[in-house]
Amino acid sequence: MVSKKIVAVVMVVGAFAAGAYYGGSQKAPVITNSSAGASYSGGYDKSADSDAKKSSKKSAVKQRTEVGETHVVNDGETIMAAVQAAKPGDTIQVMPGTYHETVYVDKDDIRIIGVIKEGKRATLDGKGVLNDAFLYSGNNFVVENFFITKYKGNGVMGQAGNNFEIRNNIIEDTGVYGIFPQLGKNGIVEYNVISGIEDAAIYVGMSDNIHVAYNDVFANVAGIEIENSRHAIVENNNVYNNTGGILAFITPGLPIKTTYDVIIRNNFIYNNNHKNFGAPGSMVGSIPAGTGILIMASDDVVVEDNIITGNKTTGILITDHANAPGVTIDPESDPNPDGVKILNNLMYNNGYDTIDEVKALMLTEFKQGEPDIVRVGVTNDSCIINRHRYVSVGVNGWAECEFTNTDAIDSYLLDEPVPPRVIDPSERGKVVYNGVCAGCHTYTGRMIGPPVQIIQALYMDNPQGVADFIASPTKKRDDYPEMPPQNYLDEKTRLAVAEYMLAQKK
Amino acid sequence: MKVFRFALVFILALFFVHNDILAQGVDAMNVEQERTTFVLSDRCPPSFELTDDGVCRLLTQYQFYNSVQNKGLGGTQTNLPPHRDGFTPAQIDLGRYLFFDPLLSGDGTISCASCHQPDKGFSDDLDRSIGITGEKVARSAPTLWNVAFVDKFFWDVRAKTLEEQAQGPLFDALEMGNTPENLLSTLQNNNYYVAMFSQAFPQAIEQDNNIALSQVYTALTAFQTSLISLNSRYDRYAHGYHQALTKREIAGLNVFRSFVARCAECHQPPLFTNNQIAVIGTPEPEGRALDIGAEKTYNAPKLRGAFKVPTLRNITKSAPYMHSGRYDNLLDTVKFYNDGRGNSVPEGEEMLLHWHISEPNLTDEEMELIVEFMGTLTDESLTPQIPRNVPSGLAVVDEKYQSP
Repeated sequence: MVSKKIVAVVMVVGAFAAGAYYGGSQKAPVITNSSAGASYSGGYDKSADSDAKKSSKKSAVKQRTEVGETHVVNDGETIMAAVQAAKPGDTIQVMPGTYHETVYVDKDDIRIIGVIKEGKRATLDGKGVLNDAFLYSGNNFVVENFFITKYKGNGVMGQAGNNFEIRNNIIEDTGVYGIFPQLGKNGIVEYNVISGIEDAAIYVGMSDNIHVAYNDVFANVAGIEIENSRHAIVENNNVYNNTGGILAFITPGLPIKTTYDVIIRNNFIYNNNHKNFGAPGSMVGSIPAGTGILIMASDDVVVEDNIITGNKTTGILITDHANAPGVTIDPESDPNPDGVKILNNLMYNNGYDTIDEVKALMLTEFKQGEPDIVRVGVTNDSCIINRHRYVSVGVNGWAECEFTNTDAIDSYLLDEPVPPRVIDPSERGKVVYNGVCAGCHTYTGRMIGPPVQIIQALYMDNPQGVADFIASPTKKRDDYPEMPPQNYLDEKTRLAVAEYMLAQKK
Repeated sequence: MKVFRFALVFILALFFVHNDILAQGVDAMNVEQERTTFVLSDRCPPSFELTDDGVCRLLTQYQFYNSVQNKGLGGTQTNLPPHRDGFTPAQIDLGRYLFFDPLLSGDGTISCASCHQPDKGFSDDLDRSIGITGEKVARSAPTLWNVAFVDKFFWDVRAKTLEEQAQGPLFDALEMGNTPENLLSTLQNNNYYVAMFSQAFPQAIEQDNNIALSQVYTALTAFQTSLISLNSRYDRYAHGYHQALTKREIAGLNVFRSFVARCAECHQPPLFTNNQIAVIGTPEPEGRALDIGAEKTYNAPKLRGAFKVPTLRNITKSAPYMHSGRYDNLLDTVKFYNDGRGNSVPEGEEMLLHWHISEPNLTDEEMELIVEFMGTLTDESLTPQIPRNVPSGLAVVDEKYQSP
């Protein structure tokens, strides 16, 4: 499946073997010492991001100024009952035991902490019938210390929750993804042990400012995947026995079109030779077993100080969309991986049983052997240091990098978390009046409800009266339908809209 | 003073009691005038605020939230994608009259509203819509709710703006069958419209006293972008009132957004679309050849059979479903996704199916829950008023017009 594609391209680009870096000219290699030299400054300018304010704090969730209630969940009870009872700021402690439920959190600032007693954890067991274990859309979400297994979908799935921390969880065989924060900004995924996942153990999708560190991921199709995301660091992870180790992708067809500014550093990435058991048609389903790092279409991906060994196809595979099998096109996304930066890495014993397409590609550069780095398709402005150390194909034309390390970048997390989602009280009345009330009431005319002018005459100095009425209206006029209750608006909003309505002049 | 005011208001109220033909936002005082002179509204439709510049700007609670890359996609409390607004009340109201006026079709038999009926989710109840010839056209009429947030139009996304889109049905021989020349001259020969266009486009009209086609498209766009549906029971849940949904509906939401069903991966809240195209491989109605969709638009074989991901808001109102109306109910539509990847791809066809088209193996119960959840996405509270009379004097199209 992979083969035809790559071979076809090889025919076309065969000529690019000429002008090799040192192969032809026998010049002495450029040896670059990464402990000296310039540091990469990344592609993220914190000062230009309005969400990022200066502070010395280092975590993803908002620091609590007031400590809320702690809800304790014991074996035999449900976590969900505690979530329903919890208010923002509360903590839920889950005692060891087995829980069979989907926990969904559509509230802000909820922390769910498993209590580990003498090695015994709170276990979420989907028993092969439940879909996801944790689903959250609230900001400032923390989930820690669980053992999660036998779900069909994901272990932990975020949908647009910002400022999240997912740590210390053991996740085995939870279906498609182990941990999948999607459409979130500012989050940490660390110290998780994840295995047996049919897609990616950790999948960061369409997110910004993410830190993935100290995770142990093995026996999955993909270890860690950064997809259509920006400003992500993947460091200090142990990634082995997956089909592909660490992936930085642009998946075409998604609404957010870019991946850039990704640093993959200080990871162990070894023996990722697991048979691909991905679902047919999935993005990872056609990754060749034995791929250490796979960079597809992403820009400004830095690969530094990783130990990459024993990956039988290649240590690092870099491709554009056109050469990736089974990948669609997206007229709105750039298919080329530009600005790849390969700094020092320990690469050893990779590519020892590589695929025929790679062998054919190597022949275009008159090379044989076991490739550490394979690049196919178009790339612009990519660079590498100490290239003479590696068996490579497709990087001869790359420049020397102008920096040797990423030491200047500690983290891409925001110094100050993404601010809370509150509707400004001064605007609340106006928005609800126009968006809700105005559907039935105009100032003077008759619509579904009586004119605002009449309501003003009745409640002139009594906004509370209006606020109370709309919460549970009674039928007042024979010639108008009864108003539906607006009790879904909270008390403050009801009062704000009442005041706004009574102040209208036209 | 207060008593006096109250009395006055009361009398006014009595006066209006049986007067039910008000246009949206039109003062009661204008009612009589509207029948004969079509005075355009000077107020914005609900959910819009009139700015000091005299244009209408959208107001919603979602505007107080944010989203990654400001794309308006994600979870419960996520802002909306960039949208169109900034039209004047007169332009929006003119668009409303044009939308409902059969004068826009070549033979005066159908209006925009014939296929985009307000009580049918601004769609019709046909698998494929019927134009002036009485024949069915190629595809199903899409909903117009929340079209202000859409940046690709037609099932095959061949238009990038509503203005561009409007020219499709207007001048398609099988749809409204008009020509630009005929449309202009019929409008120009209608004194009401000449007056209304001069109200809606005062500066342009002053110059040469002629209606321009671009003004027709602008007015239609202005009206359509005022069709806002963001106060469903789901929205109340999303803003934090969790009692707005029943237990079963919440269970349905959780299946919908689970990574097993994966509905929310493309039908992403808050609009329940990601405004992208996808190849999902739905079957055509029996006897119809495969519709290649966006393959043609982009001249890209990898997009063979790709169609726009439609919004699911007010989805219960706009059956039948899919680009050619293959399914007449939501449960069958959901079952299509559950029957496995490629279950309806014709033999010998090569289609690069979307990666989220999988084999979710949902139970019957889970599929029913998804359907119940989709029922919470209904909000027609801001349905605009259908004009009783339109400037052409033609009958505003009867809602039963297209019943088979």
